[in-house]
Amino acid sequence: MKFGVATSSAAEALFSNPLRSLLTMLGIIIGVASVMVMMSIGEGAKAQIDKQISSVGTNVLTLRPGNMNRGGRNQGGGSGRPFAESDIAALTQLPFVQAATGTLSQSANAVSEEANWVSTIQGGDASYFDVNNWRVSEGREFTAQEVQSGAAVAVLGKTAAANLFPNGRAIGQRIRVNSVPIEVIGILESKGQSGGFGGDRDDTMVAPLGMVRNRITGGNRQVSRHVSGIQVLVQDGYEVLDAQEDITTLMRERRKIQPGEQDNFAVVNFADMIKQRAAATETMSMLLAFTAAVSLIVGGVGVMNIMLVSVTERTREIGLRMAIGARGGDILLQFLFEAIALCTLGGLIGMAMGWVGVFAYAQIANSPMMVSPIIIATALGAAASVGLIFGFFPARRAAQLDPIQALRHD
Amino acid sequence: MANDTIAKDRPIISCRNLSKIYKMGDEEVRALDGVDLDIAEGEFVAIMGPSGSGKSSLMNLIGALDRPTSGEMWISGRALSEMSRDDLADLRNETLGFVFQQFNLLARQDAFQNVRLPLRYARRDLGDSDARAKECLQMVGLGDRMDHRPMQLSGGQQQRVAIARALANRPRILLADEPTGALDTKTTDEIMHLMQDLNRQGITVVVITHENEVAAYAGRKIHFRDGRIESDTAHPDVQRASGARP
Ligand SMILES: Nc1ncnc2c1ncn2[C@@H]1O[C@H](COP(=O)(O)OP(=O)(O)OP(=O)(O)O)[C@@H](O)[C@H]1O
Ligand SMILES: [Mg+2]
Repeated sequence: MKFGVATSSAAEALFSNPLRSLLTMLGIIIGVASVMVMMSIGEGAKAQIDKQISSVGTNVLTLRPGNMNRGGRNQGGGSGRPFAESDIAALTQLPFVQAATGTLSQSANAVSEEANWVSTIQGGDASYFDVNNWRVSEGREFTAQEVQSGAAVAVLGKTAAANLFPNGRAIGQRIRVNSVPIEVIGILESKGQSGGFGGDRDDTMVAPLGMVRNRITGGNRQVSRHVSGIQVLVQDGYEVLDAQEDITTLMRERRKIQPGEQDNFAVVNFADMIKQRAAATETMSMLLAFTAAVSLIVGGVGVMNIMLVSVTERTREIGLRMAIGARGGDILLQFLFEAIALCTLGGLIGMAMGWVGVFAYAQIANSPMMVSPIIIATALGAAASVGLIFGFFPARRAAQLDPIQALRHD
Repeated sequence: MANDTIAKDRPIISCRNLSKIYKMGDEEVRALDGVDLDIAEGEFVAIMGPSGSGKSSLMNLIGALDRPTSGEMWISGRALSEMSRDDLADLRNETLGFVFQQFNLLARQDAFQNVRLPLRYARRDLGDSDARAKECLQMVGLGDRMDHRPMQLSGGQQQRVAIARALANRPRILLADEPTGALDTKTTDEIMHLMQDLNRQGITVVVITHENEVAAYAGRKIHFRDGRIESDTAHPDVQRASGARP
């Protein structure tokens, strides 16, 4: 078969009636654009979720007071009786608990010599850094001794540090947090945006728990040495679900909850929650994929239709080509190329539009733009395949025409 | 090539008991009714006869565009009934050249591209196809109109482009079904002179025509009536080896 004739006559046919070509391509354009947007959103969401999970850790359990699972819906923590430091000690005794830290946080107004910044002060134990797998990039973490003695020191998140010390050199400086003088001893490595999940995690100041309670948040009337939450790092290899169950049992005991009575605390695995949300995202992109597939098929049927019209219109031309020696295969190839070219061109236009869509989505959803070569290849491949599949029938019909009947056609 | 082994005096076109019947519902139209015909290489044949007598039907069979209802045909010694669709396409490409009454040029392509088309479908190597296309256009006197589209050419010029296209693959047979039917007398003469020249160069020419002026260029006139040959006469001075059998 002669590829040269097939390609050149395909291109010629395509541009001889640009409006019709464009209308025919519409379905393909929409299909490819949605394939692109769908895949980009899916990939972007997946990347973000992976990042969130790795920033939270899959084997970290968070205890919060209050029942979080009323009616299956997450009601949010905060209410209810807080935990005590003795609870942390008891949890640490569990064999599968590698480390545990209390948490106690409050929004706080921080003042440095250079700037003012409203952020959050987070009280934690020395194991806070282990449990959260969060390391300092400069300076040092506070020690167990400093937690014990209630030292007025803090480690700043990247964002808080940048705002309080725009000129750098934060280590060793003194800041006032709600009027309490505190020394900056370290800066944490960046955890980055977590996309709606806790906002900017770098906008924080981490300080010894006891000091935060005594000097900033104040104590609790019911519970002495209270903490508002506990984070538990489960040993590697231990089933997190089992750990969740054991911790629940222990805490029910300690909080004297009768059998049959509801929990007044929750043990949450954030990685799990994120995964559940990821599943929702997946459902959404499946739906989009379905839309894309449908519009590609509709587009394909449109292409087939116009190709059949084109074969009929050009029957005489086909007859002439056969009369001067084109084989059936040559004619087949010519129309197949035409359909593929039509769809691929539609695919390219669709890709340009999809790109705009992805860019717009990235702006609105504040998520990174993800257009990988795989997405481009998939989108174009899908378009070309539609051309191949839906172009075949009309092309075969052209190839099987009888030369003399085709020549006589009017 | 098998073609070259055929002796000069053996017919390049040969038909035996050729019939073509069109079925229109219950009715049968006998367009050709048992035609026996031999045309030797190098002949210039005019086929005449009233409208509906079967001239075009015969031409389409000889041109391997259509298959007979019964009977057998040989082109260059090859029996067409034994050839596949692709074989027939190759035969049309290599051995036959067609000229139609309606020119049948591709409207969106210029003269040069139209003439080059058969070369692009050729399966054997015919050398530089661009050069050959130009050569053929020069041969028909249109060397200066290569980039003109059919719309930008006169009827006579369009038919010359069609002839150049028919010549591109160096065919041994030129088949023309009323090539001057759409042309005025002066242009008709030009086209027929061109055909005569080509015949003198050795190409076998078969022309269907209603006009005696056109038939006068031919060395042999075959009259059709009701699907049969009514008469078959030759100018004594141009008659070639008729009567030979395959
Ligand atoms: N495709 C067809 N279907 C049915 N009948 C046909 C077909 N083609 C030709 N015929 C009939 O066959 C007969 C011979 O037709 P043909 O075209 O060979 O005549 P012709 O000699 O070329 O006539 P003209 O001089 O008008 O071109 C006519 O009666 C015609 O009606
Ligand atoms: Mg006719």
